[in-house]
Amino acid sequence: MSWWTPQVEATLFAMFQAVVILLAVVLAGALLSMFERRLLALWQDRHGPNRVGPLGLFQIVADMLKIFFKEDWIPPFADRTFFVLAPGIAMASLLLSFMVIPITPGWGIADLNIGILFFFAMAGINVYAVLFAGWASSNKYALLGALRASAQTLSYEVFMGLALMGIVAMTGSFNMRDIVNAQEGFWNVIPQFFGFCTFVVAAIAVTHRHPFDQPEAEQELADGYHVEYSGMKWGMFFVGEYVGIVLVSALLVTLFFGGWHGPLLPPIVWFLLKTGFFVLLFVLLRAALPRPRYDKVMSFGWKVCLPLTLINLLVTGAVILLIDPAA
Amino acid sequence: MTLADDTAAAPKGDRDVAAQLIAHFGERVAVAQTTLTGMPVLWIAREHLRDVLGWLKALDGAYSMLFDLSAVDERLRTHRRHLPAADFTVFYQLMSIERNADIMLKVALDEREPTLPSIHDIFLNANWYEREVFDLFGIHFTGHPHLTRIMMPPTWTGHPLRKDYSARATEFDPYTLTVKGQEVEQEALRFDPEAWGMQRQGEETEFMFLNLGPNHPSAHGAFRLVLQLDGEEVVDCVPDIGYHHRGAEKMAERQSWHSFIPYTDRIDYTGGVMNNLPYVMAVEKLAGITVTDRAKTIRVMMAEMFRINSHLLFLGTYLQDLGAMTPVFFTFTDRQKAYEVIEAITGFRMHPAWYRIGGTAHDLPTGWEKLVKGFVDWMPKRLAEYEKAMMDNAIVRDRTKHVAAFNTREALDWGVTGPNLRATGLDFDLRKQRPYSGYENFDFEVPTAANGDAFDRGMMRIEEMRQSVRILQQCIDHMPAGDYKADHPLTTPPPREKMLEHIETLITHFLQVSWGPVLPANESFQMIEATKGINSYYLTSDGSTMSYRTRIRTPSFPHLQQIPAVMRGGFVPDLIAHLGSIDFVMADVDR
Repeated sequence: MSWWTPQVEATLFAMFQAVVILLAVVLAGALLSMFERRLLALWQDRHGPNRVGPLGLFQIVADMLKIFFKEDWIPPFADRTFFVLAPGIAMASLLLSFMVIPITPGWGIADLNIGILFFFAMAGINVYAVLFAGWASSNKYALLGALRASAQTLSYEVFMGLALMGIVAMTGSFNMRDIVNAQEGFWNVIPQFFGFCTFVVAAIAVTHRHPFDQPEAEQELADGYHVEYSGMKWGMFFVGEYVGIVLVSALLVTLFFGGWHGPLLPPIVWFLLKTGFFVLLFVLLRAALPRPRYDKVMSFGWKVCLPLTLINLLVTGAVILLIDPAA
Repeated sequence: MTLADDTAAAPKGDRDVAAQLIAHFGERVAVAQTTLTGMPVLWIAREHLRDVLGWLKALDGAYSMLFDLSAVDERLRTHRRHLPAADFTVFYQLMSIERNADIMLKVALDEREPTLPSIHDIFLNANWYEREVFDLFGIHFTGHPHLTRIMMPPTWTGHPLRKDYSARATEFDPYTLTVKGQEVEQEALRFDPEAWGMQRQGEETEFMFLNLGPNHPSAHGAFRLVLQLDGEEVVDCVPDIGYHHRGAEKMAERQSWHSFIPYTDRIDYTGGVMNNLPYVMAVEKLAGITVTDRAKTIRVMMAEMFRINSHLLFLGTYLQDLGAMTPVFFTFTDRQKAYEVIEAITGFRMHPAWYRIGGTAHDLPTGWEKLVKGFVDWMPKRLAEYEKAMMDNAIVRDRTKHVAAFNTREALDWGVTGPNLRATGLDFDLRKQRPYSGYENFDFEVPTAANGDAFDRGMMRIEEMRQSVRILQQCIDHMPAGDYKADHPLTTPPPREKMLEHIETLITHFLQVSWGPVLPANESFQMIEATKGINSYYLTSDGSTMSYRTRIRTPSFPHLQQIPAVMRGGFVPDLIAHLGSIDFVMADVDR
């Protein structure tokens, strides 16, 4: 078996990893919808979906079946090409971002030198999903949603990048694996606390989660940009949102909370525990907060978060130079 | 505990206004009518109408609010002695806060010339009322800026509240709707900005016209609001109502006095038995029934129960409109607690239709004190929690403070009543100002606020619930003993114990139940402080088993009319906050 070289073995293992991670993420995204409903129910004095299967666990199967078999309707007034493209972009861009996340020392899909930049690129592309959906729907609510989305993303992506530059400066690398390795015993959240705060805010904004769900704002825009979507296309936006939560939680863990590092338990368990914690936080935010007015969200971004990020970056740079002037 | 007679609680001190008016305009201008409405009723000639209204509004102790405006088709009315000849009567009810008194002006119209001058420039809120009269009676108002149908679809023919318009579905051809017909109907609903004097383009922008509703998560029912938007700024808006119109006033004309009670439950469908109260009290005035103290107190207790229930629904949806998803589930838990009590006492939940002419349907069940007490103990902690978790929340404050604010004068101009009026700082609560059903015996406060903004309107409800809990506690402590039904021949249904005494009582009972009671010909009126503002019933009896005309004045109708006046220049999210803070249900608007 001459073709079975270590190289082939490595390739196959990488492919296997990619498939497993992809499936796990999509599954987590889907399960999360169920998980969120049960959690919200817990905090809201009610039961939530608990009838289908043990603990209501098959609810997700029922939902999936329903979504798969629902009529996939495209409004006659919509721009077909972009209407179809939008949900694809929404899900794909977020799934692709998982590529750069190192899960354990041995697991992770791609070890890119520009890991963080790749995530930014994908987050940037993700906006197009909302824009295309809003524009192609030829619906006024969708359009208003898309307008909000573009304004919000523009405001928040500016400092989302800057919020991480402190870490990059400290580690001296864009590579996620390097960043995790640099955090052994000392998590980035301590020196980069303000970076962490602003990144969390930006991350919620980029995933359009409550209270930054301005583009959908059910009470105002009646679901905004995806108001015309149904069936699996809507499902892709829906699962995309949950994939986004998992992604952002995983990023927070990787960048600020030492990734897989932790005592006693195996690395994978630590990674999952920490990610789960942030997912929980996202759900709790949704349960707890009202929605600010969208122009206030914008001014909060520009007037509070951006200056904070810049100061954080300046101080980080100054401290690095003080400690090690040669760098 | 003794309760004062209801007639003593009717507004006083306004008798001289009629005399003053006649002295000022001359005897030929006004003819007084004696009624049971508790206010002076004057017939005014059409040509003097605007002068008299203007005079009343400018009077010292001004009649500053147009409380109600509607019409009566007099053509089939038989008991019209001493009344001016009329085919249609349009009546204007004005309210003076300073005098705490009302006055009603009536104008007689000939069916050959059903035309009146519009008064929308004297009283802003006359605009919609006149449209409603035009729509339902076919009476024209000259000088009205936009005299179109308001309740019925624009394609409708006929004027439903006229006596020659059939009241039963069986008198019509079966309803059909073809695809073509549907297209015609939809096209008729297309918004035409020019018809409303709106520009399609500004100096540099092209406006977007957005239909908010009739199906929209924050429209609280089938309500359509057409927005003229510049970006997200509301340049102007036009509320469009009527999607929930069921013709309750028309139905009242073919239901017996007794069998109309369940319809009243569904006027303000979150108010439950609270809606029965003004109706049965007005009927009791016609019948001359004095209700027992126990019945009065039971009625107050259940009405306050429903006030809390309605305010809880308000609070949950108000906060949900601000984007907080959790509070509504908590308030629904509380509502469930309330419903457990309501269910045990009345046998029903949302629409018990439990008040009767002369009392209530049953006596209180054994052990009711414990049930009510459980609720009274439960609520205060929850209210404190809502205030701490939500009303103190920075985002909630940011979304509602100084949003859609209006002052007392503007509120009165638009006919705003209830908590929304008190949020502007005016202490005007009918339970204090014109006590009915024994409210004068209760110790409670009337909360007011100062800014009249969306935040104040939210806080008002929390404070009112606290006061209602106090009233409930007093009901538990001081429930009078005695009968729950008045001992009067017109009490319906009559006390069962007397049914089998002899043939006369049996016959009376049989007639009352099969025909319903026959009420003497007269007019009566009752207003109450309902959940959302002042709700009133103005009944005209022609000495029959059915009402000749039932006018239902609801608070939500003028509240919606006011929306454009406070929303111009606001953002869409502000509009949503305002809609949430008004506390309206469309059944209460459209009837």
